Amino acid sequence: MDEPMTTVELPDIEGRQTFVAEVQERCGENLGLCYQCLKCTVGCPTAPYMDFNPNTIVRLIQFGLKREVLESNAIWLCVSCETCGTRCPNEIDIGLLMDALREMSLEEGYRAKEKGVVALHNAFMESIRRGGRVHEATMLMEYKLRSGDYWTDLIPGMKLFMKGKIPLLPGRIKGIDSIREIYKKTQKQRKVLEDREGKSR
Amino acid sequence: MREIASGEKGEMYSYFPGCTSHSTAVEYDLSIKAVLKALGVSLVEIEDWNCCGAAAVHSMNKLLSLCLPARNIAMAQKTDLELVVPCAGCFNMLKRTERALKTDPEMRREVESTVGFTYREDLKIRALVDMVVNGIGFGRIEERVQKPLAGLKVACYYGCALVRHPKVTQLDEPENPQYLDRLMSALGATAVDWSFKTDCCGADLALTHGDMVVKLVNRIVGMAQEAGAECLVCSCGLCQINLEMRQDIGALGLPVFYFTELMGIAFDLEGTKWWSKHMISPSTLLDSLSLR
Repeated sequence: MDEPMTTVELPDIEGRQTFVAEVQERCGENLGLCYQCLKCTVGCPTAPYMDFNPNTIVRLIQFGLKREVLESNAIWLCVSCETCGTRCPNEIDIGLLMDALREMSLEEGYRAKEKGVVALHNAFMESIRRGGRVHEATMLMEYKLRSGDYWTDLIPGMKLFMKGKIPLLPGRIKGIDSIREIYKKTQKQRKVLEDREGKSR
Repeated sequence: MREIASGEKGEMYSYFPGCTSHSTAVEYDLSIKAVLKALGVSLVEIEDWNCCGAAAVHSMNKLLSLCLPARNIAMAQKTDLELVVPCAGCFNMLKRTERALKTDPEMRREVESTVGFTYREDLKIRALVDMVVNGIGFGRIEERVQKPLAGLKVACYYGCALVRHPKVTQLDEPENPQYLDRLMSALGATAVDWSFKTDCCGADLALTHGDMVVKLVNRIVGMAQEAGAECLVCSCGLCQINLEMRQDIGALGLPVFYFTELMGIAFDLEGTKWWSKHMISPSTLLDSLSLR
């Protein structure tokens, strides 16, 4: 059982190998091991709402269909619950794959089908940048402004507020400068990476 | 470094409260401090901790998602104490970072230089439920029980982040975990057998896809009810609020406890002021069993 299973070599179509290689490099998973048993999709809580099921995403990557994958709503509806990766008989961590695809989609400027999810993630990240910790009230306000979805969940939000579960004023940790430094460095390194990729093309 | 809950026996842990401890999961934080104090365990809050980044950051920027928890690891390393994390989500992010630091030398160098620290592999990161069950142990817990939770039928909900991915969390059994079930038995409650213990409640999409999440939550709460449970118990700030706020199963619904709240009742602790914080009041249920 120590022998790796045989993988199928697909004929090369334009850009296919580059895409497969980049995805695999980023997530560290060997997608050639997938034999389409569908265990990932069967256990996925959000698969019924996805345009492509998780197993199909793996197949599309193998075919090199970059745009279909990086513009799918599936990558944004994945909640990283890791049921897929835990159950995969070939130990492909599809949760890590989805993280890599989301990041690639953003970096390469693909249109996100689930704008609300991206807006919420951005509002959350900005909240940490501002105070070092998440402050719900300002984070939610920013999300509402970014998404344009002003009315949803106002009543539950008010109930939480009445229960004293949403502090009004944001705090700031003492070491906020170190958080901002981390943000700066992680974004700068991302830029360098993009430049490097740009030159090699 | 601020000491927040001091016991008597000198047993100490380093503590990462997480952002929800001051807001939506304030009753978790209050009950943790009360229960651990009763058990003689001290918690030392990590100095100037920051948000773990949660799903938002690992969805958008891998390096940042490792560096934010790494700053907390750097702070926790300053003590020689084991690090205890109550929220399943925060625990998962810290363990993901630990795994990257231990298994990926190139990433480790990058994270260390970005955050400005040197990682020490001997720092132990534990989920609070693991520390309670395996560190404190059932013997001491049973000894402390003064008001057994007799007649309380509870569905133990572990969710995703505590048990998955098992290579990251290395906690309990990913498909049919038992820690909370055994803890509930130790407290005198009845943990029902059911099959939705680790099914995701979709909390990350609650704000953007409310209708979808109501369906996911209803399926979990409905199955708990069908299995005979009158309440759920969990160990995650996000699961708790999502399961209580998004369920729509008619009547009053099932209250969702943090496991430390039920420990507090069984220990008969004074000042359980956290009850009023629940979105679904557990008073009727607790009164019916003379547990309040």
